[in-house]
Amino acid sequence: MKRWNNKAWLLVVPMLALVAFSAVIPLMTVVNYSVQDSFGNNEFFWVGTEWFQEVLRSERFHNALLRNLAFSGIVLVIEIPLGIAVALCMPRRGPMVSVCLVLMALPLLIPWNVVGTIWQIFGRADIGLLGYSLAGAGLDYNYAQNPLDAWFTIILMDVWHWTSLVVLLCYSGLVAVPDAYYQAARIDGASRWAVFLNIQLPRLKRVLLIAILLRFMDSFMIYTEPFVLTGGGPGNSTTFLSIDLVQMAIGQFDLGPAAAMSLVYFLIILLLSWIFYTIMTSTDDAAGSPGS
Amino acid sequence: MAKIILDGVAHSYMKNPLLERDYALKSIQHEWHDGGAYALLGPSGCGKTTLLNVISGLVRPSRGRVIFGRQDVTLLPPEKRNIAQIFQFPVVYETMTVAENLAFPLRNQNIPKPERDRRVGDVLAMLDLEAAAGKRARNLGADTKQKISLGRGLVRTDANAILFDEPLTVIDPALKWQLRAQLKKVHREFSHTMIYVTHDQTEALTFADKVVVMREGEVLQIGTPEELFDSPSHTFVGRFIGSPGMNILPCEVHNQTAIVGAHRIPLDQSYCPAAGGLELGIRPEYVDLTEETESDNGLPVTVCSVENLGRYKIVEVKLEQHKLKVMLQEGRPVPRSPHMSFHPERVKIYQDSVLLSSARG
Amino acid sequence: MLELIQVNKVVDGEATLEDVNLTLSNNAINILLGPTLSGKTTLMRVMAGLDRPSSGDILFNGESVIGVPVQKRNVAMVYQQFINYPSLTVFENIASPLRVLKVDSRSIIKKVQRAAAMLQITDLLDRTPEQLSGGQQQRVALARALAKRAKLVLLDEPLANLDYKLREELRSDLPKLFSEQGAILVYATTEPIEALLLAGKTAVMHEGRVRQFGTTIEVFNNPRDITAARVFSDPPLNIGTVTKMGALLNLGEYSLPLGSQANDLTDTEYQVGIRPHNISLNRDGENSVEILGTVTVSEITGSESFIHFHFADCHWVALVHGIHIFGQGEEIQLYLNPETFYFFYRDGKLAQAPEDSIR
Repeated sequence: MKRWNNKAWLLVVPMLALVAFSAVIPLMTVVNYSVQDSFGNNEFFWVGTEWFQEVLRSERFHNALLRNLAFSGIVLVIEIPLGIAVALCMPRRGPMVSVCLVLMALPLLIPWNVVGTIWQIFGRADIGLLGYSLAGAGLDYNYAQNPLDAWFTIILMDVWHWTSLVVLLCYSGLVAVPDAYYQAARIDGASRWAVFLNIQLPRLKRVLLIAILLRFMDSFMIYTEPFVLTGGGPGNSTTFLSIDLVQMAIGQFDLGPAAAMSLVYFLIILLLSWIFYTIMTSTDDAAGSPGS
Repeated sequence: MAKIILDGVAHSYMKNPLLERDYALKSIQHEWHDGGAYALLGPSGCGKTTLLNVISGLVRPSRGRVIFGRQDVTLLPPEKRNIAQIFQFPVVYETMTVAENLAFPLRNQNIPKPERDRRVGDVLAMLDLEAAAGKRARNLGADTKQKISLGRGLVRTDANAILFDEPLTVIDPALKWQLRAQLKKVHREFSHTMIYVTHDQTEALTFADKVVVMREGEVLQIGTPEELFDSPSHTFVGRFIGSPGMNILPCEVHNQTAIVGAHRIPLDQSYCPAAGGLELGIRPEYVDLTEETESDNGLPVTVCSVENLGRYKIVEVKLEQHKLKVMLQEGRPVPRSPHMSFHPERVKIYQDSVLLSSARG
Repeated sequence: MLELIQVNKVVDGEATLEDVNLTLSNNAINILLGPTLSGKTTLMRVMAGLDRPSSGDILFNGESVIGVPVQKRNVAMVYQQFINYPSLTVFENIASPLRVLKVDSRSIIKKVQRAAAMLQITDLLDRTPEQLSGGQQQRVALARALAKRAKLVLLDEPLANLDYKLREELRSDLPKLFSEQGAILVYATTEPIEALLLAGKTAVMHEGRVRQFGTTIEVFNNPRDITAARVFSDPPLNIGTVTKMGALLNLGEYSLPLGSQANDLTDTEYQVGIRPHNISLNRDGENSVEILGTVTVSEITGSESFIHFHFADCHWVALVHGIHIFGQGEEIQLYLNPETFYFFYRDGKLAQAPEDSIR
């Protein structure tokens, strides 16, 4: 009776090979670098956890990590509510739906370095619309010299670039709510806020989980846009972990510490994502077992 | 609570309706009495749900007025009309408990907590939901969820009417029986006006005091279940009500006799209708099938098929080229050479599908 | 012939099918009757090969088909929801399984035309599903199953989402359509009356088990146990507890004469099942016994009335001829005929059914 079909394994092998080559092997290389020192000439010495200790103790690393956490925190606090709000304002049916969707998807389609370049020009006080208007309004705005202005610009840029993703995810969750729910709520005399709290938000839970995870991971790994816009400056004020890492690895060619740092970086992202995920799914369970 | 008047209500889902058939509802004139139990019955697309939504305010009619008591509510949104509506698929607020669900409409009306708790308690008891009161609504069965939807309507003692849009569609047959009986009980105790939309004749007839049969945006007949069954005013009503529906045969009529093909069928009153478009209607319940020897003036028929439903059999017979269905009560065998006769007082005559009402001459 | 031998299906540690043994043939429609979640759909998925049973074997014409992928089984399935390809015309929808089978286009046209004609949708062939009503859409789905000429056709509550009157029409056509092809036809439904109308053979399902399988009217008249009797009763079966003492039955505070069917039963406690239409408002037959019931609700269906009443601490329903309206709480006389009682042992097994002449 048992006729197991082993051919299935053949289908999985190419995928496994691909994952091995694209993920596992490079990661192992990094691990390899992180525990050795090299003075060129392809000579390597075993140093154990020395690089890790150095990275974890370095103030430079701590500062960059704090910047990253602050950046991701600010970005999430702005983008998630804003994304939900925009999604709520979008029409659920009619000809405007596709117009809105295309408009929303537009920022997502622009290559990241182009986004940086756009904002670099946009923010310039001499020729950029944003910089020029702010200067015209009497504000002393210069993202290249003032750290606060640099942060303001990078956050604004990220919000402009990525809120759409949250909007699209939330919108997909909202259109899945059957009409009867809204009709019942109108008849029950529910306020707009009550409708949001009792019908829409519970239905958005799953997509919001995805949105928060994606936005957290992405913002925590941000590199291209600030690199193009500020290059990590002024001073070190926008030097995020990723920028620091590249400087260390390519600029100073400190391969060992860079490898150790990238592993720590990787583990932090993994850990924080996991924490987010457990917190959000556990509140889901408290609301009742995952039935229907 | 108040009576509900529909004054020339018509509705089209098109922006510029021109033709008669562009209207989903064609000029409805009707008065719903306070405290009545009504059913809107008809095939899908007959406009019954549109009519319900016009009453609840979810649809604003293209023409005509909706009046609750003395107030014209045509332009009022649903939340201002004080009605409750129960939909085909149960709607519950998933993050709330059963009791919170029931309290929700009252909280929206800012009714103080003691009063709220009292009313919620009453409704929980009425619907046998007390045991589930503290449970989260989301993990309950479809029938319980539908009870919660109903309960949210019932807690509002001031509701003008409770509207039902095919509420038992997703409920198992055995539970349908319980819910239906519970609805009737609720109607009697709270005496809200209730309007119940369905395509299922059993649901309509068992629930309502008055059934409104609709087709293609028009009301064909309004009557008690008994009236609809015994004297359908239109052949469509005859066929739609009853299972199987009324048998309809083309015929000619001479005074107190109907003539189908070569056969003469006695009637209990005489007609002298204008010629043409005449049909005879007889319900399967009122046809007797007997052995040739038993009756003298039966019509000879041949049996096409027999369906045994345990309690009775449905026999399909052929009279010349016409097929008829006959109900044979339990225990009665299918005759070997069957003859068919109609109860004369149950035979109805239709002209152009409309019942010829009284004997003239 | 499709044989299921000791089929079990366990999902997340819970048995959704338990020890299912069935032999389905193509000379009559096979009905799976049971409430929601009784395992009908799971069983059909296992039959189709969409799911693999946890244990047991499935033989098609004597050969095991476990592990044979669904694409190779020549199975057609129609669901409660109207499932058609929205972008394809009705013609292409019906033709789609034939295209997969690489049938040449001339015979596709012929087969589609034939199937469309049988379901009376020939003049809809150029439309797309969204232009059709629910009934028409389900006809298209059925035509697709028909055109495929599958050896096993599974219909999962195909009429549940249709209007009452449309159901009557399609229901009478269905068995004829598929029997002409010699396919094994399986039909799942929650409604006892639908099973009776379709006739054929019925498997009564409850909590993942097949409680009884046999000719539909046989199963209806002779339920093996109280569960099968309950599932196969609409309106619901009335159940009371009686004690037999010699020639008497004690039911609540009443003492009833024993029906002739129960003469051979030993004196002990039984559960009796009484079909609602066997309770009447008039004395019928010399054996019938008057009882007093308290009305909760009375419902009218046109020529008959359902009377819900309280009797012997239970909720009962009587189905009586004519229009009868009673107020809530009204005490009325009803008549029971002990000859019509089904007797069940305390463990639920049928002890004695009424004699055939009675029903």
